[in-house]
Amino acid sequence: MTLTLGHFLSLGAMLFALSVIGIFLNRKNLIILLMAIELMLLAVNMNFVAFSYYLGDMHGQIFVFFILTVAAAESAIGLAILVQLFRNKSNINVDELNTLKG
Amino acid sequence: MDLKAGLFYAFSAILLFAAFRVVTARNPVHAALYLVLSFFQAAMIWMLLKAEFLAIVLVLVYVGAVMVLFLFVVMMLDINIDSARQGFWRHFPLAGAVGALIALEMAAVLMGGFRISEEPKAVAVAGQAAGQVSNTRDLGILLYSEYVYPVQIAAVILLVAIIAAIALTLRERKDSKHIGASEQIRVKAGDRLRLVKLDATRPAPPPVADGAPTEEKP
Repeated sequence: MTLTLGHFLSLGAMLFALSVIGIFLNRKNLIILLMAIELMLLAVNMNFVAFSYYLGDMHGQIFVFFILTVAAAESAIGLAILVQLFRNKSNINVDELNTLKG
Repeated sequence: MDLKAGLFYAFSAILLFAAFRVVTARNPVHAALYLVLSFFQAAMIWMLLKAEFLAIVLVLVYVGAVMVLFLFVVMMLDINIDSARQGFWRHFPLAGAVGALIALEMAAVLMGGFRISEEPKAVAVAGQAAGQVSNTRDLGILLYSEYVYPVQIAAVILLVAIIAAIALTLRERKDSKHIGASEQIRVKAGDRLRLVKLDATRPAPPPVADGAPTEEKP
């Protein structure tokens, strides 16, 4: 049984489903939420790389490159916001983030 | 089942296990470490897919930079695990059902629909003979020819991220005695020096009255 494109796409799908489960489960924990988002991006990148390999097209890998860039920026800013939040509220409980609620 | 398939199954089993532990670990530090493990496994799978440059970049950038940042933040913040885990098991059945549904549906469609098993013989590479194709070189050629503007936009995004992260977390000390350099340079002589007109000589003070009692120590 040789590897097909479907194997890699299924792996990406399972990874994505796992991170969706993680977002469901850890709704109170902002850090785990950020990690689940990173996992989702990894699943998407896996699809891009698999397509790039099986279709013989390098543009998919270029796209992964840019996704990595944006994800790094996103996590840096997200963690900075988290630190600032912790300084102001001395916890990162999602339930208490309702200051903008009217 | 050849070696490559065996490696693929091993790597994906570890990857899925690590991802599962990321979302279910009780301690956020453990979750971050399992995330490191899953990134490593993903990098290995990308190696199988002949995306060497991206695999190395994933390890360097993600494991080396982003996950270390995560670990720093996780260890710096004092997270109350019990309140963070509140409602975990209550959501578990629904989340498991939704996740299993997503995974099964996507896997059914994808395994049936994408049966491409061979990599195309002639990889579309500009001016490269098949067989001595360097992944990094191809990526570089594409990045700096066709994708010049996106690369610059990515650079701007990174710059914005740097500035935003610093601006968000920078905290000025209240008791700091440090002087603003621009303020110091901008100062004029008139701001610092005041010329006061004084007489060269002053009239002598009036003499002390004679009858004034003078205290003398014996």
